Amino acid sequence: MTDAASAIGGSAPAPVGRSLTRLALRRLLRNRAAVASAVFLALISALYVFGPYVYPHAYDEVFESYVRTPPSLRPYPLSDTLEQVMATAAGEAHVSLGSFQLTGPDFRATFTADKPIDPRVTRYVDRADEFDDSRVVDTGDGGKSVVIEGTVRRIYFPMGTDGNGRDLFARIMIGGRISLTVGILATFVSLVIGVAYGAISGFAGGRTDNVMMRVVEILYSLPFVFLVIVLVVFFGRNFILIFVAIGAIEWLDMARIVRGQTLSLKRREFVAAAAAMGLSDWQIIRRHIIPNTVGPVIVFVTILVPRVILLESFLSFLGLGVQEPLTSLGALIAEGAANIEAAPWLLIFPSIFFVATLFALNFLGDGLRDAFDPRDR
Amino acid sequence: MLRFVLRRLLSAIPTMFIVVTISFFLIRFAPGGPFNLERALPPQIMANMMRAYQLDQPLWVQYVHYIWNVLHLDFGPSYIYRDFTVTQLIFQSLPYSLEIGSFAMLIAVGGGVAVGIFAALRQNRALDYSLMSLATIGLTVPNFVVGPVLSLIFAVGLRWASAGGWGNGGFRDLTLPIIALALPQLAIFARLTRGSMIEALRADSVRTARAYGLPARVVVVVHALRAAILPVVTYLAPAAANVLTGSVVIETIFAIPGVGRYFVTAALNRDYTLVMGTVVLIAVFIIVFNLMVDLVYAALDPRVRYD
Repeated sequence: MTDAASAIGGSAPAPVGRSLTRLALRRLLRNRAAVASAVFLALISALYVFGPYVYPHAYDEVFESYVRTPPSLRPYPLSDTLEQVMATAAGEAHVSLGSFQLTGPDFRATFTADKPIDPRVTRYVDRADEFDDSRVVDTGDGGKSVVIEGTVRRIYFPMGTDGNGRDLFARIMIGGRISLTVGILATFVSLVIGVAYGAISGFAGGRTDNVMMRVVEILYSLPFVFLVIVLVVFFGRNFILIFVAIGAIEWLDMARIVRGQTLSLKRREFVAAAAAMGLSDWQIIRRHIIPNTVGPVIVFVTILVPRVILLESFLSFLGLGVQEPLTSLGALIAEGAANIEAAPWLLIFPSIFFVATLFALNFLGDGLRDAFDPRDR
Repeated sequence: MLRFVLRRLLSAIPTMFIVVTISFFLIRFAPGGPFNLERALPPQIMANMMRAYQLDQPLWVQYVHYIWNVLHLDFGPSYIYRDFTVTQLIFQSLPYSLEIGSFAMLIAVGGGVAVGIFAALRQNRALDYSLMSLATIGLTVPNFVVGPVLSLIFAVGLRWASAGGWGNGGFRDLTLPIIALALPQLAIFARLTRGSMIEALRADSVRTARAYGLPARVVVVVHALRAAILPVVTYLAPAAANVLTGSVVIETIFAIPGVGRYFVTAALNRDYTLVMGTVVLIAVFIIVFNLMVDLVYAALDPRVRYD
C-alpha cells in the first residue's frame, strides 16, 4: 500500500513541475540578453578550465627578463633591445661583446676577452630569457675571441606580465578558474543549508518556525566582515575551507526565500493529498516542497555566485585571499589597483574579465527571474 | 505606536545579548592573541600583560566580567591602541564615517530611485537597457577599483580633488570617497526601484489614477512610487547600517580616519575589546535601522499595522 501510494504521490505533481520549468526555459530562450550571457559564460568557463592546458606559459612561470612588460600582440623581444641584453649577458660572463647581428630568428655574436674564453660561456647567453640554443661556432685569436650563434626565443605576452615577470593572461585564466570555483562552491553550500533550513522552518510552522527565524535574525545582526575574518583566521590558509565556511554564513537570504515559498506551498492541494496518502513530513518536504521552490532558488543562485566572487575580491584586497603563486581575479585586480600608474594593464585586463563574468552572471539572473516570474513580463 | 517602539526595543535586548555572546566566544577561540607579536615577548612580560588585562582568568569569568562592564557601558581598554578606551576610539572615528556615509546614502538613494524610475518608464527601450547595463557594471566593479581610478582621474590627472586624507573636511577632500562609496549602492537602489516600479505601474490603482485623467507626473510620483518604494525601504536598513559604519576599503584608499578600518584591523590583531566594540556598534545600527524601516513601512503601507 505504502509503496503504491508513494509512487502515485511522488509522480502525480511531477509533470506540473516539469512543465513549469519548461515554460520558464522557453521564456528564457526568447530573452536574447540572457541567452547571450549564458553562451558567454559557457565560453569563458571553458577558457578558464581548459585554457591553462593549452596556453604555452604556466601561471607561475617567471620570465626574469620580462618584468612588467606592457601587453603587445607582437612577439618579444623587440629587436632593438636585444644587443643590450646580449651585452649584459657578456658582462656577467666577464667578456665583452664585439659584434652582434640578427638574421631572422637567428643571432650571431662575437665575444672577446683578455684571457682565453671558456666555451661554457654559452650558458650565460642561454640564461637570458631571450636566447636559446646558443653554441660556439668559431674560435679565434688563440681562444680570446669566440663566435656564438643561436636562436632568438620569441615570446608572446598578449596581456603583458606582472611585477614578477609572470604572463598575465595565464594568471587571468587560472584566477578565473579559482574565482568561479569559489563562487560556485560557496553558493552550493549555502544552497544546501538554506533550502533545507527554509523548507523545514516553513513546513513545521508555529513555534519551531518562530525559533528558527529568530536564529536567522540574530545571525543577520552579526557584522559580516567580522564573521568572515574570524573564519579566515580559523581555517588559516585553506582557501577551499574558507569558502565552504562563507557559504555556511551566506545561506540566510536563501532560507528566507525558501521559507516564504514553503508557507504558500504547504496549503496547496497536492501537499494535502500527499499527506492523506500517508507520506511522512520528510518525504513531503523532499518530493513536493523542495522541487517546487526551484524557480526562486535558481534566480537567487545566479545572484549569489557574483556576490561571493565579489566577496573573494574583497578578501584579496585585505590580503586574506588565495596565496601566491596561485591567484584569483580579485587578487589580480587588487594587485593591479596598487600599480595603477606604473602598469595600468595589470588592472585593465583582469578587470575586463572580472566585470564581464559578473555582468553575464547578473544578466542571466535577471533573465531567469523574468522567466520564472511571468507577472513581470 | 510608542508601545510598538518600546516592545521592539525590548525584544532587541536578547538579540544583542546573543550577538555579543557569540562574537565574544568566536574571537576568543580564534588562534593567536593580542600580544602575540612578530617578535615574541619574554614569558614573564607576557604573563604580566595577560594579568594586567585579566586575560589569565578562566574564559567564563572574563565573559561575565565583560557582560557586566558592557551593562555599565564600559567597553574596556583597547589592547593594541594603548592609552585609549574602545569607547574613545569609536567616538573619535565614528563622526568621519557618519559624515561620508550619510552623504553617500543620500546620493545613492536619491540617484538610484531617480534612475530606477526613468528606466521603468522606458521599459525595454534603449534608455532602460543602457541605464541598467550601467547599474550592473556599478554592481560588479569592486570599490577598490573605483577608488583608485577616480583618484587617478580627478586627483592626479585633473587636480580637481585631493587624492586622500580628511584635510579640512571640505568639498575637495570628501567628494571622491563619497562618490566611491555611493556608486555600488546607487546601482543596487536603481535596480530595485526599476523592478518594483515596473510592477507598480501595472497595478489597477495606477490604471485607475490614469483613467481619472491625473497628470502623468502625479500618477508616477504619488501613486506608483508609493507602492514601488517599499522594497527600496526594506533594503535601506542593512545598506544604511553598513555604509554609515564606514567601509574599510574606502577608508584605506582615501586615508579617512573613520571607524571602518577598525572592523578589520581589530579582528586581525585580536584586539578583543575593540572587536567587541565594533560588533556592538554595527548590531545597534542594524537593530535601530530595522526599527526605523518598520515605522516608515507602516506609514507608507496602510495594510501594515503596529502589532
